[in-house]
Amino acid sequence: MAGGRLKVPVLLALAGLALAAPLFIRDDYFLHLLIHAGFFYMLVAGLNLLVGYLGLLSLGHTAFLGVGAYTSALVSLKLGASYWLSLAAALGLSLVLSFLFGLIVLRLRGPYFVIVSLCFAEMLAIVATNWVSLTNGPMGLPGIDAPSLFGYEFETKTDFYYLMLFFVGLMTYIIHRLVNSVIGRACVSLRENEELAESIGVSAFKFGMITFIAASLFAAAAGSFYAHYVSYLNPEIFGFVYMITMLVMLVTGGRGSIAGPLLGCLIFTVVPELLRGTEQYREPVFGLVLIVVAIFMPQGLKGLLDRLLQRAAREEG
Amino acid sequence: MSTEILQQLVNGLIIGATYGLMAVGLTMIFGMMDVINFAHGELYMLGGVFAYFLVSYLGLNYYLGLVLAVALVMVVGFIFDQLVLRQLRGEPVLITILVTIGLSIFLQSVVILFWGPSPQSIASPFASTPIKLGPVILTQTKLFMAAVAGAVIWGLHLVIQRTKLGRMMRATFQDKDAATIVGIDINRVYAINFALGSGLAALAGTLLGTLFIVYPNMGLIAVVKAFLIVIMGGMGNFLGAIFGGLLLGVVESMAAGFISSGYKDLFGLLIVMALLVVRPYGLFGKKS
Repeated sequence: MAGGRLKVPVLLALAGLALAAPLFIRDDYFLHLLIHAGFFYMLVAGLNLLVGYLGLLSLGHTAFLGVGAYTSALVSLKLGASYWLSLAAALGLSLVLSFLFGLIVLRLRGPYFVIVSLCFAEMLAIVATNWVSLTNGPMGLPGIDAPSLFGYEFETKTDFYYLMLFFVGLMTYIIHRLVNSVIGRACVSLRENEELAESIGVSAFKFGMITFIAASLFAAAAGSFYAHYVSYLNPEIFGFVYMITMLVMLVTGGRGSIAGPLLGCLIFTVVPELLRGTEQYREPVFGLVLIVVAIFMPQGLKGLLDRLLQRAAREEG
Repeated sequence: MSTEILQQLVNGLIIGATYGLMAVGLTMIFGMMDVINFAHGELYMLGGVFAYFLVSYLGLNYYLGLVLAVALVMVVGFIFDQLVLRQLRGEPVLITILVTIGLSIFLQSVVILFWGPSPQSIASPFASTPIKLGPVILTQTKLFMAAVAGAVIWGLHLVIQRTKLGRMMRATFQDKDAATIVGIDINRVYAINFALGSGLAALAGTLLGTLFIVYPNMGLIAVVKAFLIVIMGGMGNFLGAIFGGLLLGVVESMAAGFISSGYKDLFGLLIVMALLVVRPYGLFGKKS
């Protein structure tokens, strides 16, 4: 395995590159793009646990993105809490909600799971739009405080870049440990053959719940990060557009792997920017990409890359 | 108060009949082909958009425009089935969902590209003078909607029960392998089925587009509602889809009339959630 031998040095090089990036990227706009890519990675990496490892397509991931963002913003705005306390509140509420919602949705399979998860996100969007006294409705919540750490205020793009990198690194580590543990193997066995896995004592409900909660917490953290980075929030955070973008990134990057979401998020944040002036064609192209990739490249770019590496290794000897 | 309830009931039943049309289309596609058609909302939107274009823009006769719009969407559905879904017969549900989500994004964004995001209305020949039926007040548009929805559902029932095509469809619905063995061209039946389902969505789009407005993003909430109805009625269950449609229409109408119009869409969702806690396979569905 060429991939296995290369793994550690490649990872170290990538980490070094990511850490040093702000030193040679002087353009704030490009840093902003990378922060955006990192934000999507937090979402897609969690979604990947559900779609890629467990094999359940959730179209309600935006529900926890929105819950995280709104909880964090409201706790910070109305109670004057610090960023970290707001984040903790966002995680806490998402934990409770994802457990309760999991009780309903994890009993469902296939189409029922897909649709009910989408309905859940739509319900929350309706509440966020109509509960004006709390959320200020479609007008949104302006002036959400930036994070601070031991008295240091996060102000510049570079500050937020490192905060993003902290989350991305932490999540990648947690996911790496998770998918290589008993939990990850249980999920994959459930994805491949649920009846067989259950017959040898792998509980679909238990591992479904663990994965569902983990994915929801990641999404809530992403939401909290978004709210305090952009400093403004409205119900569009629950929008299906975010869901579509996540799906395109995940499927094109390669579901069921750690590198796939990373590839997908970087490509679909940076490439559209290189093609500036063509924004109006972006969504039609997203649609076509999704169709073509789903038919011809079900393992995504990561799968394609693996096959190329394998071929290279075989030719080498 | 009781006339108010009656009025909302009738309004709800009429809106619900168009929901039923859409849901029957969706459940036909799922029941026979195991495809969760996420683009159903966009086919519905396309029906409204084509009808607007033909009637309000080109000045075609309203009824002719409606028929042509539905036919055009059926062609779109037929082409999509043959070009894309045909390659994916027997693939896992996940793949076909992704593909139909792709189609949905594509159709919606292409319409926005040519049309812009602003809503339009289809010019109809109906007068807006109210018609009194006892204590209930209706409009010509609503009567037309109810008549068309009823007639089309009845016509579809006859096609499925009485014609050769209907027999082929029922056979394929029950057991596609056995249907192949007795010489039914399954691929053709699938394509026709998908086109018919698309046509039902488009018809609902033209009717609701006449009553309300047409805009490129109208598909999402519509597809969510259609899915709710299909879940309530049991996936693949025709009668369930019709009753589910009427039920959702009435619930929404009552909620809008007596509670709050902003929250009207929430109640349908809450009912389905509650239902799934009690009966995970729908009101009329059986555990598979």
